Amino acid sequence: MFDVSSIIVGLEIGTSKVCAVVGERGADGALNIIGLGQARSRGVRKGEVADTTQAEEDVRNAIVEAEQMADVEIRNVYLGVTGGHIRGFNNRGVHPVVSADREISGDDVQDVIKNAKAINLPTENNVVHAIRQHFFVDGQDGVTNPVGMLGSRLEVDVHVVHGNTNRLQNAIRLVKGLQLEVDEIVFNGLASSLALLTSEQKELGALVIDIGGGTTDYVVYAGGVIRHTGVLAVGGDHVSNDLAYGLKVPLSRAEKLKLEHGSALLDEKIKGRTVTITNELGLPLKTVNVEHLQRIMSLRLEEIFQLVAQDLEQAGLYDYLRAGVFLGGGGARVPHIAKLAEHVLQMPVSIGQTNSISGLKSALDQPEFFTAIGLVKFGSFKTAKRAGKASIGWGFKNPLRRFLQRP
Amino acid sequence: MLEPTGMRAARIIGVGSAGVSLLEAMNREEFTGASFVAVNTDAASLAGSTVALKIHLETKLLRGLGTGGDPERGRAIAEEQFATLKTACEGTDVVLIVAGLGGGAGSGITPVLARAARENGALVLAFVTLPFACEGNRRQQQAQLSLEQLRAVADGVICLPCQKTFKLIDENTSVLETFRITGELLVEGVRGVWRLLTRPGLIQIHFDDLCALVRNRHSESAFASVEASGPARSREVVEKLLNHPMLEEGRVLAESDAVLVSMMGGKDLTMAEVNRVMEQINRHCEHAKVIMGATVDEAMKTHLSVTVIAAKQTGALPSAQLPDNAAESVECADTSASRTVRGRRVAADHVEGAPSSGFSLEQREQALARHGSARGRKAPLKPRQTQLPLQIISRGRFDKSEPTIHKGEDLDIPTYIRRGVALN
Repeated sequence: MFDVSSIIVGLEIGTSKVCAVVGERGADGALNIIGLGQARSRGVRKGEVADTTQAEEDVRNAIVEAEQMADVEIRNVYLGVTGGHIRGFNNRGVHPVVSADREISGDDVQDVIKNAKAINLPTENNVVHAIRQHFFVDGQDGVTNPVGMLGSRLEVDVHVVHGNTNRLQNAIRLVKGLQLEVDEIVFNGLASSLALLTSEQKELGALVIDIGGGTTDYVVYAGGVIRHTGVLAVGGDHVSNDLAYGLKVPLSRAEKLKLEHGSALLDEKIKGRTVTITNELGLPLKTVNVEHLQRIMSLRLEEIFQLVAQDLEQAGLYDYLRAGVFLGGGGARVPHIAKLAEHVLQMPVSIGQTNSISGLKSALDQPEFFTAIGLVKFGSFKTAKRAGKASIGWGFKNPLRRFLQRP
Repeated sequence: MLEPTGMRAARIIGVGSAGVSLLEAMNREEFTGASFVAVNTDAASLAGSTVALKIHLETKLLRGLGTGGDPERGRAIAEEQFATLKTACEGTDVVLIVAGLGGGAGSGITPVLARAARENGALVLAFVTLPFACEGNRRQQQAQLSLEQLRAVADGVICLPCQKTFKLIDENTSVLETFRITGELLVEGVRGVWRLLTRPGLIQIHFDDLCALVRNRHSESAFASVEASGPARSREVVEKLLNHPMLEEGRVLAESDAVLVSMMGGKDLTMAEVNRVMEQINRHCEHAKVIMGATVDEAMKTHLSVTVIAAKQTGALPSAQLPDNAAESVECADTSASRTVRGRRVAADHVEGAPSSGFSLEQREQALARHGSARGRKAPLKPRQTQLPLQIISRGRFDKSEPTIHKGEDLDIPTYIRRGVALN
């Protein structure tokens, strides 16, 4: 029914839910979302698989649901990864142009990128992404494609995202155990930013903060390229845990209270208001002060933004964010969160929207699906490139090919 | 025989190699009325000391090698020679202990010595240093442990983490110099306290008050001592103080919750000047209990010298402690009750004229009564208790996952607890 190669699946094994999104690339290259499957995640903590058996079951459920909805058979997925072990940094590679006429060739470009990727990583770490930022030809800034230019010294800045090999492998192995192929692994924050930002926003400079269940992933774009990525292993789970601790209620109840009465800012009206928790028979169990609930929550969320702000300040990127901040992930659903973020970050903040994708619109424009949609988008870019590569014969080898094919 | 402020013969005891060398660093002439004692397990360190009374703690156990950095050995030997230590503390009202924690002798002996001194009825104030971070975890832990023990037995502990002196040194400062600076700071602190207690003052404070302030409160202190002269000296002093690296532009003052200010000037020290300085300092430490004293020393001429000891509390503060301390808070005029008790007692001593021999039963009772309230309160307020909540904060659903440590903070612990936000 469909050409298999045009089907792209993004799979996010999140802390609170496993989500599979099926996209279809039309003949004109437009992306259309045709299926969505999700399951409550039970085997994941802080974005990383903690219980393989349970996680496997959840992934299977999500995939089956997505298959049914899209009416396709899923064989390959783009897998989203995150976790506190993932780090990003910028690196520069240098390559002297040695040809007689000083013309930069495709080989030179490949060499310089290879040099930029030759990073001194700890042995147990592996590169997830190495994203090109700019080329420099003889120190001249801002060259996007140097092939055919003249110069003696070619440099390139790359943004490298790397993580602990074993911890990355855990998720990959889990998916492979379900007889699915992993096309590529993608950092969740990167995927979210792909789903949210338009190229204009990337050019202006934007920060995407994806507050998930277990982690908060953030990505900074400036001048059209990724400048900074980061993961904070703190998310919605922490909010629930804080509430469970502070209000002395069970975790499941705290989760419910968070959804029903949570707020990122203290409401003036709630002063002194209380909620009575009842058991399944309707008998009152405990009275909870809503003000306390919101204060605990507000402090935690505020801290998350403060930590992100500190990191950006350290990276010196604060002044580049002219398009503002975009929030994603389940955390973006908390009432008043944009206002809180605005207060901490001192710049315009909005909840992100996935404008650039068609199909299943109303179901999809929810913050918690941004990552999975971004994964599909990432996949569609890759397939486009691969299609282009067949005709032009110019491109780069996937740095992860070898890594992914490991058993 | 009696100092004007009612302080009787005091004893300054240096413990361990660090303590002994700190005694050396003190200008003894300034400490009139004090006797010095050096206590160590290492014979070589004692041999280099010029102190009149040296106590060499030695058993076969150590084979003349000192404690080897093991506080347990230090403690064992101190317990063994408890009687000796007790005799060393006899006949004094006040014992100031100077030691460097972290090693064997300092960490092991100091708490035992403090106990010995208290059993003799003396007030004990300990000035200790914590090791540099680079000295390693083990020493750091030993020091912390010893500090805990010391705090449980001493009336007051003022503690200076050596790491703080890093702000005073630059790239090229030698190790020797660094240790000298650390020592100097501590000695400066001792001197400030000493002046506060002994010199005739415009505004006097008592040792009791001082101890009440530092007791149970803090785990580390910052010291700063500045001097200025001339007509604008009070303003200059404040300026220097706030620019002092140890006080981090006054930030330390803002964070601390007990601040001791000792001012000393010549005969021309005016109340207005004292007022000006204190106003500035008070403005910077709104949350702190400030204890101040101003003393006059003719030798100072036109100089004005201010020593500040700011004590910061780390860890959770049991809320019950606050009103207690507030009650004994140290406005210049209050605590008259304790003063009268003291005055009577001093008078009694004077009449008896028996400064050195052991305490009579009555005296002991009096001493106990004097400490009584403090001790009775102290037992439930031991610092150990303040730290308990840290250990029992359940990590909830993150129990089995890797903790999220960000700049030394465990982010899995609820933010409101780490920030100390109270839910009323």
